[in-house]
Amino acid sequence: MKVVLDHLTKRFPSRTKKGDDVIAVNDFCFEIPDGKLIGLLGPSGCGKSTTLNLICGLEPPTDGKIFFGEDDVTRLPPENRGVGLVFQNYALYPHLTVQENILFPLQNLKGENKLSKQDMLEKAMQAARLVQIEGLMERKPSELSGGQQQRVAIARALVKMPKVLLLDEPLSNLDARLRLQTREEIRRIQQETGITTIFVTHDQDEAMSISDMIVVMKDGIVQQIGAPQDVYDNPTNLFVATFLGTPPINVFDAKIKNGEICIGDRAVMPAPGIRDQDAVLGIRPEGFILDQNGPLEMKLNRVEVMGRDTSVVSTHPASRNAQVRSIISARNQVDKNAETVRFSLIPDKVKVFSVKGENAALWAGSLESGRAHEEE
Amino acid sequence: MKKNDLKAWLYLLPAILFLGIFMVYPLFDVLVYSLEEGYNSASQSYHGVGLYNYAYVLRDPYFLQAVRNTFLLVIITVPLSTGIALLISLGLNAIKPLRNLFQTIYFLPYVTNTLAVGLVFMILFKKTAYTDGLVNLMIQWFGGQSVDFIDGPYWAKMFVLCFYTIWVVMPFKVLILTSALASVNPEYYSAAKMDAAPRWRVFTKITLPMISPMIFYLVITGFIGAFKAYSDAIALFGTDLNAAGMNTIVGYVYDMLYGSSGGYPSFASAAALILFAIVLTITCINLLISKKHVHY
Repeated sequence: MKVVLDHLTKRFPSRTKKGDDVIAVNDFCFEIPDGKLIGLLGPSGCGKSTTLNLICGLEPPTDGKIFFGEDDVTRLPPENRGVGLVFQNYALYPHLTVQENILFPLQNLKGENKLSKQDMLEKAMQAARLVQIEGLMERKPSELSGGQQQRVAIARALVKMPKVLLLDEPLSNLDARLRLQTREEIRRIQQETGITTIFVTHDQDEAMSISDMIVVMKDGIVQQIGAPQDVYDNPTNLFVATFLGTPPINVFDAKIKNGEICIGDRAVMPAPGIRDQDAVLGIRPEGFILDQNGPLEMKLNRVEVMGRDTSVVSTHPASRNAQVRSIISARNQVDKNAETVRFSLIPDKVKVFSVKGENAALWAGSLESGRAHEEE
Repeated sequence: MKKNDLKAWLYLLPAILFLGIFMVYPLFDVLVYSLEEGYNSASQSYHGVGLYNYAYVLRDPYFLQAVRNTFLLVIITVPLSTGIALLISLGLNAIKPLRNLFQTIYFLPYVTNTLAVGLVFMILFKKTAYTDGLVNLMIQWFGGQSVDFIDGPYWAKMFVLCFYTIWVVMPFKVLILTSALASVNPEYYSAAKMDAAPRWRVFTKITLPMISPMIFYLVITGFIGAFKAYSDAIALFGTDLNAAGMNTIVGYVYDMLYGSSGGYPSFASAAALILFAIVLTITCINLLISKKHVHY
């Protein structure tokens, strides 16, 4: 089932009389293709959970429409939308066993949808098998680990075979190791069932690793929608560029002069086709190459060896961050006692943004392909 | 290890001494009194040991009346007051505007003096030479026969006593249940909404189990409190409860000790221990039932 969000807006009235309304979701337009896994990504308070609540119907939108397939569900109550929601804290009924929890949605079915006891048990077992908890059916939620509770919550959301599955911060309550495992699990379950799935997260690793598409949000406004790698490679603005990637992108104040990008007085890279102006440069940590004769000279702070690669921490007066972190292959030997270190840059990993507003990519992509967008 | 044990006992000593002197010893003493036959408090003498006191009390028509009254009071008021309190709390929880005002109003009886409230109830229900009382006026207005609630038939007096008791114990229950309802995580209700649970099912399958520990607490304390009822009856029917036929077990104990027919600590002790046995039994039954139905 494809999901269409049409100019979706949610405004919360201000708590004080004089204050402005809070716009949690601002003019969200997006067509989610059928059977895909979508990651809603953004810092906390950006409106991603509100978007989820709008889709499932727990909150009514102030403006805009929601379609499931061709049906307008904007005014439908949550129970009639055919959505399954997994809550951030799972919201498993603590006094019911795992089986009773999974059965609960089925027991509410009325009329012609009503199932026999046998069918209900069978469906519950099916859902349990899908998330691999069939051995825990008689336990209470308090007797389960966090990861197991998560699975029960997913099974409960799936047992009615919803058209759309929504997950609110599904991994935030799990420890690091379980998080890796569970996100694979979510991917597997989604692929096995083929249910259009939307999940919310503030963790970009999570979103990038399993989503077919990610939606990056900030202050209620959608910043960029696209395949994870695409968004990473071609961020539309500085926010998206800094939000995606660990360690984060390094931001420099720069200038474009005579078709070259200059940091300080040194031209670091050619930038053909862009007119002279001040600019902001984002350089991914992996975009640095150790080079004796490189154009970018930095003051060396320290070198961190991390096994697979080496992290060089340095400072530069034009940098907006206190420290510039660059990641280079461990094969490169860095003189730890040197005063300075010199780099040349990998063009693909360098993003140029305008100074004004900083939200339109002047130019993104590789220099060789010459894909350059002039800002208005 | 030994040294630690000593230390532990030392820490426990003040509490043990206090509890021992003021709780265990009197309890034990009551047991002793209840077994001493023909005990005279003036000469501190008795002429035998046995179960005669129990036999006497259990055959005393006043005591049997008191037991009947007390049981009726318990059976009527505990479920009714808890049920009504639950309804009121659900209502309070459902409204937003003026909730605090209503909460305060419902809590007012709790801070009002029992005897003062009893006086007001007397005025509402009592028939005097000058007026039939407000309630009777209303009954007449609707075309009914006026009833003397204070000196009249047994059922009328029982009705007033139960009504009064429910009114007095209600605020505390409302307070406890409102906070219990408010502390149920709203996510459960959202989840139930997503699962399309009808209202009644949400109430029975989610709300009730979630607040069951509090309900259970109210039922147990309600039972114990109602079994120990005394001041309520005094407030309504005066100190001569036997004459009014509205005595309670605790009232009987008091009468045996200090009432006009008093001076029999042995009978009083026996009656008190019978009450203790009753309350203990009921509480044990409650606990057994709760194991099945209360979710913690």
